[in-house]
Amino acid sequence: MQGRPQAKDKPSGPGLTPKLQVALRVNGVERRVSLRPWTTLLDALREYLDLTGTKKGCDHGQCGACTVLVDGRRIVSCLTLAVMKDGAEITTIEGLATNGELHPLQKAFISHDGFQCGYCTPGQICSAVGLMAEGHAKTADEIRELMSGNVCRCGCYPNIVAAIEEVMHGTLPGSSP
Amino acid sequence: MIDFDYVKARDVSDAVSQIARNPAAKFIAGGTNLIDLMKENVAHPARLIDITGLPLTEIEDTKAGGLRIGALEPNSDLAYDERITRRYPLVSSALLAGASAQLRNMASTGGNLLQRTRCLYFYDTDTACNKREPGSGCDAIGGFNRMNAILGWSETCIAVHPSDLCVALAALEAIVHVSGSKGDRAIPFADFHRLPGDTPQIDTNLARDEIIIAIELPPEGFPSNYSYLKIRDRLSYAFALVSVAAGLKIEGDAIKDARVALGGVAHKPWRVPAAEQSLVGQQPSRRAFGDVADIILQGAEGFAHNSFKIELARRAIVRALEQAAAATPQSQFVKAIV
Repeated sequence: MQGRPQAKDKPSGPGLTPKLQVALRVNGVERRVSLRPWTTLLDALREYLDLTGTKKGCDHGQCGACTVLVDGRRIVSCLTLAVMKDGAEITTIEGLATNGELHPLQKAFISHDGFQCGYCTPGQICSAVGLMAEGHAKTADEIRELMSGNVCRCGCYPNIVAAIEEVMHGTLPGSSP
Repeated sequence: MIDFDYVKARDVSDAVSQIARNPAAKFIAGGTNLIDLMKENVAHPARLIDITGLPLTEIEDTKAGGLRIGALEPNSDLAYDERITRRYPLVSSALLAGASAQLRNMASTGGNLLQRTRCLYFYDTDTACNKREPGSGCDAIGGFNRMNAILGWSETCIAVHPSDLCVALAALEAIVHVSGSKGDRAIPFADFHRLPGDTPQIDTNLARDEIIIAIELPPEGFPSNYSYLKIRDRLSYAFALVSVAAGLKIEGDAIKDARVALGGVAHKPWRVPAAEQSLVGQQPSRRAFGDVADIILQGAEGFAHNSFKIELARRAIVRALEQAAAATPQSQFVKAIV
């Protein structure tokens, strides 16, 4: 599947390392794409698969805005080469809702005002999904520490922790994390 | 980024023969440091050899009574492994003090040893850095050197090794198992990383055609009396100004064995076995721990922005040993230092 012009596909020109065929299962759908080895998973998602929900913040693994789930584990997609994830199952923010119903964490971020500008939010929510799957956080202190890879410049941290706590402890009406 | 080509290694011997044939190639596993360095134009391998398919993720008991950790075991899996948390909680604590949950999910055990310094000048290609470009000079020495070394530095380089895990592995006297063109060998942890001397571009004693295959932990893990105390500018997701891995073996009132390693202060995890020996037979006390700190920090010398780290390190050593002696290790979640 070919997306937009290859803005991030630098350097460009003839004589470069040829593209490689990569098969990614993204949000449950098999996607085949031809990529140079230096294309990150983040750029593959945004520039080749038109999944722009995943955000590019620092592009150096320091902000967490690009967090997605690979085979169920949260990782930063900006420091991941797409060719190294051939055959992997990728879940992005676009893949969390089911049958048009938002994921409990998406609902909780809305009800708790867990964002202002929203730029970090897809990464925050994917990271929180990973956090809950890992099962190591129980207390607010543990949530804060294990979410420290996701930076929020609007400073919505108290509301983000409250949203995660609510879903984690199953107190959101109709939620089943 | 830069142009490079990409291949997968089929097995360890294929990985070794590929790296031996391609002087401009590098292995890639988690990629959390290497890809960043490539984006910054600090590292420019012509080829990446993907080793993530190699079967190096087992954690196995050794005949000696220790553990052997496959080099590709992710940091997060290692930190939460029951054998590690029970027998080597210092390793678990150090891992959880470092990076973020996402990066720990990606980063490998072997790769952690091979990460490069985060010295600002190493990353900034507009500045002089002997580690990045041998012979160009060191702009950190007269520059902003808050994060730089106070021990073991040279006139050519004052960078520090950034790892937390390695500080714990140094304290535990881990062994690095490597495979290369000339066969397999085991490198004691103290001999794995190097001081900068006049070749700061060489971080470790791993040969170019060698690959780390496992890290071995000796039987003694100091599970009852340990602490990993990390002091940093931000309470999470920041590199250490100073960190201390402490382990004590206490029988009755007396210390039978002691280990102290420092992070954030030198080009490699810093240990002074003679200082540790001075504790053997003594009762745990602030005074005894202060004496140890003084021995460890002998010769420490800072620069314009980091001389405070000498006193900070002294206090951190004493506090970490007190935490270890009291069996109240530093929590990596509740950040108050008690």
